[in-house]
Amino acid sequence: MSSGSQEKSKQSKLILTTGNYACAEGAIAVGCRFFGGYPITPSSEIAHYMSRRLPQVDGTFVQFEDELASIVAVVGASYTGAKAMTATSGPGLSLMAETIGLGFILEAPMVIITVMRGGPSTGQPTKASQSDVMQTRYLSHGDYEMIVLAPASVQECYDFTIRAFNLAEKYRTPVIVATDGIVGQMMEPVRYHSNFDVINRKGPQVPPEDYQPFEIIDEDLVPGMATAGSDYNFYVTGLTHDVTGSPDMTPEGAIKLITRLCDKVRRGRPEINDWEENHLDDAETVILSYGINSRGTPEAVERARQKGYKVGSVRLKSLWPFPEELMEKLGKIGIKKLIVSEMNYGQVIREVERFRHLGFEVSGMLVPTTIPFSPGFIYENIIKEMQK
Amino acid sequence: MTVSNDVSLPDDYPEDHPLHGRLNLNRFIFCAGCLIGTAITAITSCLVERGLTPKDYAIVSGIGCTGRSSGCFKAPAFHATHGRAIPFASGLKLANPDLEVFVLSGDGDLFAIGGNHFIHACRRNIEINVLCNNNGIYGMTGGQCAPTTSIGDFTSTSPYGNIEPPFNLVSLAAAAGASYVARWPGYDVLRLKGSIMAAMDNPGFSFIEVLAPCFTQYGRKNNLGDAVKMLEWLRKQVVIEKNCPPHDAEYSHKNGRIVCGEFVNSPREGFTQKIKQLRETAQKKR
Ligand SMILES: Cc1ncc(C[n+]2csc(CCOP(=O)(O)OP(=O)(O)O)c2C)c(N)n1
Ligand code: SF4
Ligand SMILES: [Mg+2]
Repeated sequence: MSSGSQEKSKQSKLILTTGNYACAEGAIAVGCRFFGGYPITPSSEIAHYMSRRLPQVDGTFVQFEDELASIVAVVGASYTGAKAMTATSGPGLSLMAETIGLGFILEAPMVIITVMRGGPSTGQPTKASQSDVMQTRYLSHGDYEMIVLAPASVQECYDFTIRAFNLAEKYRTPVIVATDGIVGQMMEPVRYHSNFDVINRKGPQVPPEDYQPFEIIDEDLVPGMATAGSDYNFYVTGLTHDVTGSPDMTPEGAIKLITRLCDKVRRGRPEINDWEENHLDDAETVILSYGINSRGTPEAVERARQKGYKVGSVRLKSLWPFPEELMEKLGKIGIKKLIVSEMNYGQVIREVERFRHLGFEVSGMLVPTTIPFSPGFIYENIIKEMQK
Repeated sequence: MTVSNDVSLPDDYPEDHPLHGRLNLNRFIFCAGCLIGTAITAITSCLVERGLTPKDYAIVSGIGCTGRSSGCFKAPAFHATHGRAIPFASGLKLANPDLEVFVLSGDGDLFAIGGNHFIHACRRNIEINVLCNNNGIYGMTGGQCAPTTSIGDFTSTSPYGNIEPPFNLVSLAAAAGASYVARWPGYDVLRLKGSIMAAMDNPGFSFIEVLAPCFTQYGRKNNLGDAVKMLEWLRKQVVIEKNCPPHDAEYSHKNGRIVCGEFVNSPREGFTQKIKQLRETAQKKR
């Protein structure tokens, strides 16, 4: 890069960096001041960056003894009012399973970044994968909902991490940003802009003497959150509880709590779900992809269109809760076939198959590989599928 | 634990009681005679005597009979997952160092599933106060073996007698770097309170082992009798020693000798203080 362009990028704040660093800087920008983590490839640079940056902004970085401690400390920190996060990859996320459920039932705003690598088990630590997208959804036991965002570029690492914190605060729930070994470690130009709103959690809506930690006053089903160190007394437990926070072991108690917690997120779907559309106006066949593996799709679609094939594409920017609205839209448009393209042996496709009744066929480009599909590979598959 | 919905418990002490407004008495669901309640009231009395109000402190417990203790406090109180009370408390303390943070949890919770967190919290010398209600067994889940169960003792999972040696918690805490370590029988409330006060004075990680026999599980399986008989059984073994090095603090029901006392009181700078200094360094370097 010439010194002239360096000068220019400084002015426009366009810098060259990695997805992992961009996630970390996005977190700082939106107000994250607590990071607890445990090193794991290919996510470790997030911890490295946070260990340098957080002390500069009066924040706290701790490298814990394992992922269990890391995420539990994040829940604790969240209950002092701090915006808190951790970052990991598949094996570490597996260890966080139980606490994701704790964060959900305690309604603790928190962000988890998982940089997907090859699995199962130790798999291919230094490589990328999309084989943990079901893990991000169904990690913990029990009925629960997750919000999961899927960046496909370094810029989106920055933007989606900011959005993840905002959604976590708004819905009082854990939010996962699911990147991968390539998005996390590749370098791209990114703008660390401050062109975003910062959402902070709702506090108690009544005086301390009337406060009940899980009383619902608003239509959004989100209770006002008291924090340790304030004038509010409260007890929160991972046991099923009533509005006062007391354990409630009745069937009615379970129904009331679980439906509210899940509905809180389900009702938020129109706001949470986000996707990109390409040539849907005349498409008969549509490619659905997300994350790093979506990067080759537009070129393949253009090539096929030049040959006269009516192809379009959609890219999911959020994976969970699943964008049912998009499926309905594709059904209404009357597409004939939806091809799910993912770097795994078939995960999101299972969710998509639920929507066959909307009139489109579902097929997949499903390869448990560690490199994203090339435009040529996608193009050939489109042609094959359309000639069937 | 014998939870009975038939017994109606009062919510609170009368207004002239020093602990009025500090506890949820209706959440004392422990077997009558269990010392978990004593530890709860000992901590609360110390907080009251220090002039602390709930905005100044937070209580965390894991899962188990002792795990249910957090619900008894009228305070920011957290019932975390099994084994994770210490990292939860660490998160609270790190993000708000002004809080006086207490962990009250069981021996299985803190030393089996949560053992790794314990030694690392000692090593970091993070300024939290950890009380282990040691009953030598998993009380809540039906009396299984714990890492504190004595050799030869009978539990639901050692029907032929336990073959694993127990941890000596005092020696473990000291070796891992805790800056305050004490052990007391749960019935010795005055000494226990003295240690809780000392723990609050210590600017680092404090550990207090509270011996609190579980007659419902341990007592029944080892023919040790009811609550009172078990306290007498314990009292005969307790030896209070002054200036005893932590690694000599014998813990052996087999030899009938459990050495109690204050074993470590060597304050050193706590973890959140170090983090403060780190921030200064980072901000100067910028
Ligand atoms: C991950 C997980 N594993 C197992 C359990 C079941 N469990 C609940 S309490 C407990 C043991 C409690 O023993 P201890 O900590 O000594 O507490 P006590 O009941 O004796 O006070 C176990 C194994 C659980 N709740 N979570
Ligand atoms: S520890 Fe034992 S005595 Fe105490 S409440 Fe539990 S079962 Fe009852
Ligand atoms: Mg026990």
